[in-house]
Amino acid sequence: MSETRQLCTFTLGDFFFGIDVLKVQEIIRHQEMTRVPLAPEAIRGLINLRGQIVTALDLRSRLGLPPRSASLPPTNVVIHTPDGPVSLLVDEIGDVVEVDAAGLTRAPDTVRGAAHQVITGVFRLKERLLILLDTSKVVELPEPVPAS
Amino acid sequence: MDASIQQQLIADLLVESFEGLDRYDHELLQIESGTAGADSLNVIFRVIHTIKGTAGCLGLSHIQRVAHTGENLLDLLRSGGISASPEMISALLKLSDALRSMLRSLEVSGSEGDADHSPLISLLDRLQEPLGAVEPLVPAPVTAPASSPVQPQAAEPAPATSASAPDAGFGFFDDEPASVPGPETLFTAPVPAPKSFPEPAAPSASPGAGAGAPAASVASGAPPSENAGRSNAEDSAIRVDVAHLDRLMNLVGELVLARNQILQKAGVVQDPTLLSTAQRLNVITTELQEGVMKTRMQPIGNVWTRFPRIVRDVSAELGKKVRLYMEGRETELDRTIIEAIKDPLIHIVRNAIDHGIESPERRAASGKPEEGALVLRAYHEGGQVIIEIADDGAGINAEKVRARALRDGRITAEQAARMPDREAFHLVFLPGLSTAEKITNVSGRGVGMDVVKTNIERIGGSIELLSELGSGTTLRIKIPLTLAIIPALIVTSGGERFAIPQVSLVELVRIDTAGEGRGIESLYGAPVYRLRERLLPLAMLDRELGIVPAEAATPGSEAGSNLIVLQADGRQFGLVVDEINDTQEIVVKPLSKIFRSLTCYAGATIMGDGRVALILDVLGLAQRASVLSDATTQAAAIDPARAASVLANREKLLLIEAGGGSRLAIPLSSVDRLEEFERSRFEWSGGRQVIQYRGGILPLVPLNRLVPNLPEPAESTDHAQVVVHSSGGRSVGILVGQVSDIVEEEGSERAAGDGSGLLGSTVIQGRVVDLFDPTGLHLSSL
Repeated sequence: MSETRQLCTFTLGDFFFGIDVLKVQEIIRHQEMTRVPLAPEAIRGLINLRGQIVTALDLRSRLGLPPRSASLPPTNVVIHTPDGPVSLLVDEIGDVVEVDAAGLTRAPDTVRGAAHQVITGVFRLKERLLILLDTSKVVELPEPVPAS
Repeated sequence: MDASIQQQLIADLLVESFEGLDRYDHELLQIESGTAGADSLNVIFRVIHTIKGTAGCLGLSHIQRVAHTGENLLDLLRSGGISASPEMISALLKLSDALRSMLRSLEVSGSEGDADHSPLISLLDRLQEPLGAVEPLVPAPVTAPASSPVQPQAAEPAPATSASAPDAGFGFFDDEPASVPGPETLFTAPVPAPKSFPEPAAPSASPGAGAGAPAASVASGAPPSENAGRSNAEDSAIRVDVAHLDRLMNLVGELVLARNQILQKAGVVQDPTLLSTAQRLNVITTELQEGVMKTRMQPIGNVWTRFPRIVRDVSAELGKKVRLYMEGRETELDRTIIEAIKDPLIHIVRNAIDHGIESPERRAASGKPEEGALVLRAYHEGGQVIIEIADDGAGINAEKVRARALRDGRITAEQAARMPDREAFHLVFLPGLSTAEKITNVSGRGVGMDVVKTNIERIGGSIELLSELGSGTTLRIKIPLTLAIIPALIVTSGGERFAIPQVSLVELVRIDTAGEGRGIESLYGAPVYRLRERLLPLAMLDRELGIVPAEAATPGSEAGSNLIVLQADGRQFGLVVDEINDTQEIVVKPLSKIFRSLTCYAGATIMGDGRVALILDVLGLAQRASVLSDATTQAAAIDPARAASVLANREKLLLIEAGGGSRLAIPLSSVDRLEEFERSRFEWSGGRQVIQYRGGILPLVPLNRLVPNLPEPAESTDHAQVVVHSSGGRSVGILVGQVSDIVEEEGSERAAGDGSGLLGSTVIQGRVVDLFDPTGLHLSSL
């Protein structure tokens, strides 16, 4: 009997992503944000999540995808990290999908750039590919180069 | 006994005993130094007694036995049977070490450990002998409980009981199963007890002098009431789980935010009932907040109690004489922070004694008092707690540190040459770097300072090292109040709101540029403002944070600006913002670790409207804007002696219009000649502009190559004015724009220059002028 994994899915452009459902704290609609000047580009700002200050990370920027159009308000996927909750900004939230844990294949080495480090693997679903993200890697930003 | 109860009792014993032993050490050292209060011996006795009693009850026979032997000796001291000798103090300190090590072993492994403490026991026993008649029958210490107690012991435990009733209670039964005297019966029987302690204390104060009988009689009246008072105080204290306080603190933080929102709303709605309720809520919240904050605060003195002991031991081990001064021990810190800085502080203190303070002989040779001074100082500044550890020792040899770092390949030769001393000192924080010539037991292995730094930084603090060769070293630790509610000034810049901790605020200035040229002035592109004839370096908040493109915010382009004068690191600078809103109590929330490299933010907070605002870190911002460049360090990069003499003496200065409205002054003493050449005579040689001059070839250098941010000198005229400067047999001609005047410098206020050839700036004839001195330039490289 094979093990199954539950993944919380969402889209970024044409891509279909999933993260472990246990890593997800909550999903909230678009929030007003306070930007953090000088912060790395992927960081969109800070949101007030019931009195807690949560950093919002734009997954598009993190994965090197083109910026989303202004007419499309992103959705916050708040995940647990050792450093407190972090909100991932995604285009649209999908269903929770149950997948066969054994069906995970490594991402081909031809996937390059920022995406390569944060992709754990790919599940081949019937109609499309589901890309599994490593949340701990996603929130690990390269140290910004201090402008001198 | 139920295992879990047993465990709970052991946990209580540990907490209480560690605390008690710290107190024990502290009092003992006071006795040694002759500054002990009348109650010291009683305190010491009580600590050991409680440990003994509790340990006995829990079946910890080792601890009980060792404590018992000490107790006997202390009892003799207390009853005046013998007086404290230095040897005795040392033995008693060893006793606390032994007890600590057993307790620690109990904490870690659950057993008392099997270390052999019999030498200590026999030492303690032997020390009782000289006047041993008082207690002749102390045969086998193991059987102690029944045999030992003289009356006063029974009376003592009462105050100690309160802290943790159950185990101390058990402690009683060991000693005095029958009658536990209540506080009121305390002093009926044992007359010797209250009378006793002044006697041992007095001789130790002035060894050799006889025990003062008058002292005893004077003091004998006081202790009873003192004891009674203390027992009440301890009765009213309870132990609370810190996690519980953390939860309360978080809730209060939320309440403060809710209060802020309601206050804002109440201001808009104009409903009298809502307004008065909101006011009441405001007052209550503030009080509640202060109350909860207080529960978490502890005076730093709690950590420092261990330091006299550490200083004593380390200095004795190294054969040095050190006197410890402690200032600001009442400075309160959050409990968690106290815990976190404990070990780093100990390390720094040990380091200071080992590396900082010299041996008595060397001190004497360099004309210092033989006894070194070590100062621990704590105070609040700028919303931070500052802890300074200063010694008057040898200081750090920056040259040596540089050389060492260079040898280890940590820095390049070029870096080493350019590095100011102040930065060089910080190399000691590199892991594995030690300049100690020999490794001692205490320190010198090069591990430590880096760990200290990491630990301090982990709690969001910073560490700074100042040192002067020959006269001492000061380490300054700054710890931010992470979990705190602070008053802050809310400002707007580039459409974003920011909070500035009120503590860094000096004053607010409205700059009116409509007036006569007294707005923001420019110094090679660096904005400055003249505030009461003092030069204030400026930073534009929006520009520093990159909120608007740099070109958009030319200084003084708006009709008026808001200037906030801030203080960081003892120096002031001005921050220009778009708007100053109001002051507010804000809850400081730490930023995610992702932002750790952004030193210009101290945290974030949630405003009354529910949005997040960033809290500016004034020091970090100042460093980013480099408005705090240290005048002395900058000048030293050229030639310290020269800079000092130019700046200190009245000197004639050559005033130069450098173009673009910038003015420059060159000390006349470094000007050999002033010449005017026809531009047509300029020739090129080896890629350089030269001119034939007095039978030789004079290289020419435009001034803007020596001083950054100057405009190109205008070549509109056929003639160029040249300042000829010679040193070391070489000459150079500096092409300057226009020589305008020669003035005598008044030595008025100066700000630091930021370029290599600049000594600083000053105000001459009502205008800001930069002081440029070619003396230090490497002529060969021009």
